[in-house]
Amino acid sequence: MLHLLRRIAFYVVTAWAAITVNFFIPHLMPGDPVQSLIARQQGKLTPAAIQALNVQFGLANHQSLWSQYLHYWGQLFSGDLGLSTSFYPATVENVLSAALPWTVALVGAATVISFVIGTLIGTVVAWRRGSWLDSILPISTFFQAVPYFFFALIVLILLGNDLGWFPISGGMDQGLIPGLDWATVSSVLDHAFLPGITIVVSSIAGWILAMRNMMMTTMDEDYVLVAQAKGLPSRRVIGYAARNAVLPSVSSFSLSLSFVVSGALLTEIVFSYPGIGFQLLQAVQSEDFPLLQGIFLVITFAVLAANLLADVVYAALDPRTRQEA
Amino acid sequence: MTTEHEPVLDIRGLSVDYGIGDGATHAVSGVDLLLRRGEVLGLAGESGSGKSTLAYAVTRLLRAPGVITGGEAWFHVPTEGGGETKVDLLAADAGQLRKVRWSEIAVVFQSAMHALNPVMTIGAQLTDVLKAHRPEMSRDARRERAAELLRMVGITSDRLTSHPHELSGGMRQRVMIGMALALEPRVVIMDEPTTALDVVTQREILEELIDLRDRLGFAVLFITHDLSLLIELADSIAVMYAGRLVERAPAAALFRAPRHPYTRGLLDSFPSLHGPRVTLTGIAGSPPDLRDVPTGCAFHPRCAHAMDRCHEDRPALLELGLADGPSRAAACWLQDGTQAPPAQLALPEPMGSVSS
Amino acid sequence: MSSSRRVRLPRSPKILIGLFLLLLFIVLAIIGPWIAPDDPSATTADLLSGPSADHWLGTTQAGQDVFSQLLVGARSTVFIGFLAGAIATVLSIVIGVTAGYVGGLVDDLLSMLTNIFLVIPALPLLIVLAAYLPRGASASPLVVALIVSVTGWAWGARVLRAQTLSMRRRDYVDSARIIGERRLRIISFEILPNLTAIVASSFLFTVLYAIGTFVALAFLGVVDVSHWSWGVMLFWAESANAPQVNAWWWFFPPGIAIALLGTSLALVNFGIDEFINPRLRAAGLSRKAAKRAGVPRRVRLGLTPVISGGKR
Repeated sequence: MLHLLRRIAFYVVTAWAAITVNFFIPHLMPGDPVQSLIARQQGKLTPAAIQALNVQFGLANHQSLWSQYLHYWGQLFSGDLGLSTSFYPATVENVLSAALPWTVALVGAATVISFVIGTLIGTVVAWRRGSWLDSILPISTFFQAVPYFFFALIVLILLGNDLGWFPISGGMDQGLIPGLDWATVSSVLDHAFLPGITIVVSSIAGWILAMRNMMMTTMDEDYVLVAQAKGLPSRRVIGYAARNAVLPSVSSFSLSLSFVVSGALLTEIVFSYPGIGFQLLQAVQSEDFPLLQGIFLVITFAVLAANLLADVVYAALDPRTRQEA
Repeated sequence: MTTEHEPVLDIRGLSVDYGIGDGATHAVSGVDLLLRRGEVLGLAGESGSGKSTLAYAVTRLLRAPGVITGGEAWFHVPTEGGGETKVDLLAADAGQLRKVRWSEIAVVFQSAMHALNPVMTIGAQLTDVLKAHRPEMSRDARRERAAELLRMVGITSDRLTSHPHELSGGMRQRVMIGMALALEPRVVIMDEPTTALDVVTQREILEELIDLRDRLGFAVLFITHDLSLLIELADSIAVMYAGRLVERAPAAALFRAPRHPYTRGLLDSFPSLHGPRVTLTGIAGSPPDLRDVPTGCAFHPRCAHAMDRCHEDRPALLELGLADGPSRAAACWLQDGTQAPPAQLALPEPMGSVSS
Repeated sequence: MSSSRRVRLPRSPKILIGLFLLLLFIVLAIIGPWIAPDDPSATTADLLSGPSADHWLGTTQAGQDVFSQLLVGARSTVFIGFLAGAIATVLSIVIGVTAGYVGGLVDDLLSMLTNIFLVIPALPLLIVLAAYLPRGASASPLVVALIVSVTGWAWGARVLRAQTLSMRRRDYVDSARIIGERRLRIISFEILPNLTAIVASSFLFTVLYAIGTFVALAFLGVVDVSHWSWGVMLFWAESANAPQVNAWWWFFPPGIAIALLGTSLALVNFGIDEFINPRLRAAGLSRKAAKRAGVPRRVRLGLTPVISGGKR
């Protein structure tokens, strides 16, 4: 319990840090942030929009930096992430709340699948060390070195364009009324397959390698030899080793999430998947800073939540954390 | 006289190497050992003498790069009909090994902290062997047996749900012993089971061991570098040096009348509680690097009585037992009958060598 | 003191391939612009055509030579990747070793900082940072490298801190402390030399990450797209819808180049990994000798092999 509380405290601090960084970056750059926004938009902003931005940035009343900071916190707590300049007058939350579920579903599912399958493969590769399975390692390493979006492009062309097996853009068939029926579900899965498979293949090497290395270290432990000495079936012996070897992978799950999320965003862009990644590209190209910052915060919070989940799983798996020595 | 029981573990000429080819290290060379039913055989030697390697090799648990390069190991197991059969441990495949492992031959590892799975409860680690070898047992029966095992080694059954890190060192070792006895094996191999413990706990565990052995009647191969532990425990003792057997004798005979200079040196290294004050002598020098063993007798550089012959020829294990007495042997040229051995190596055999 | 390890030449083929590729790319980065046949930005009338004698890798939508772009872009990509990797590694050494060695409150604060940077998703943060840069600032390689290294140091810092912690308790460090050697000396002469392998591995990993991040930022168009690099090539290819029109010669080469460079780094890292952790190497039986003796290639746990006729 104590272990979990510590982790929660850490996440709170991290969230605070992210929010603070988010606030300060625009103010770090020379000049008034709104002015620079205006300059960039080159006259595309209406006076009303400018006024709204001023209010959002707390500049309307010429407050001090500290009160602007507090004002920012206030906005966040009321769920106000600001106004999007490219989708004006839509707010950032509007734009993101439509996109977020797509990303969470895709990235969440793909990451879990990648973790599970990668860990299983890593276990087998370590157990059968010296067999042909060892060649899996360099192959998956190559795939991991391929940038996500490049692999996505290949997949898009080969499986989408040329072979036409899967749709190459969108989250769902156009014109389909979403509902809890097979048509919707199959359409969603259909569209999610290519981006999903891209994420899985690109990230699986890390899990395979981590599990394989940890299994080899664990298999040197006495308790694995004891399990053999006990005459237990091979399955059980592997299981004993794996249950211990998987722990570092679970704890590092949170760390690699940062990578996976970055890669996933780019993958979404390639497949025009209606998630956050797509909005990110839009925000960059139209220099919609409030949207950019909103995306950063939303992604950070999602990652923190996923980390917390991983910590809970870890505590469940390792009895040593339940007791402070 | 000692009633000689039938053999249960018969090792002949076992040789074990680490590595293959020219660079291989000969960890065990041509060792013969015979463990009889219900007997406690102590296997003593310094680290690097090959005693642990021997034990793990016999059970085929030796890790890479260990390979068995010669010899035989026969294990006598009971058969369905009440008879007995011999299992060739070195030729057995995985399935055959799995059948005899733990149910007939169990191992207590040196460090209980590392030999117990940290993420499993004690209860689970006691019942997994029951599940694997006694599939007809119900879950309740298994749990009851696990509780019984813990009671047998002096631990309350509420510990079934504890994890290894919640127990003290002594308790963990007791769990290991209880675990080894779960299927009432014929042979228990104990690899320095008390080394990691303080002397008081060591004492307790040894006494419990003696008690359990008396009650359940299993044979023990007790590996240790500390001869003093074997005084009360062992029926016979084998001493190893640089991978070879240098002396083998009933325990009392070994303690009162050693025949090999190395054994003499080991005995002189620990003080006795009674008797006159003696200056403790160790053994000069240190055990040889197994990759570079001295020619002739491996012990000769450290031996106070070394002769020229010791430098050239390696002595075979010479049978020294009296005609009507128990078998004993030593690998030393001093005992070959061509000269009178020094006084400390020619003490009279103790009367009526009946162990406790 | 650090033991002198016999430098053993790597025997494994994958490590040798990795080294070879890596050197190839470094050479390419250096001589690339000199051997490029055309000016990568020069437009011709030969629009979007496939590989030919004039243009070995075809042309872009504006008639630019892809091959030249690839060669010129190598320098930027490799250089910024290694520069960012170096900056991040230096940062990770400073933060990681200090945290591990000094301990206490300093360690707590530095660890918290490290963990924060590990958890916060890197790409969105960097995009925000880069987007707010004054125009033209991202034309400077140093600025780009600095941005990329902002998030790249955290992983190495964590690993180095853990290693430093375990080394701190070793005897030779204790004795140096008792003698009264100054902390900086202890760190520089006792601890750092033993961390070399881990630092090398961490450096390569960080470079891999830096290249990936730099390419991603360029692909998104966040950094200055007027300087040629492989990521920028992909940016232009994507903007011109190259995949949809099957202009594979445009986006394939830079992508494959990035993948190969990354793979070479990962392979060399494999080698260092096996060097650090001997357990990952073969279990002490060389394959040929084992085969001759009849030992199965895959030594199973709990089934010690029995061979006949050992040398006695």
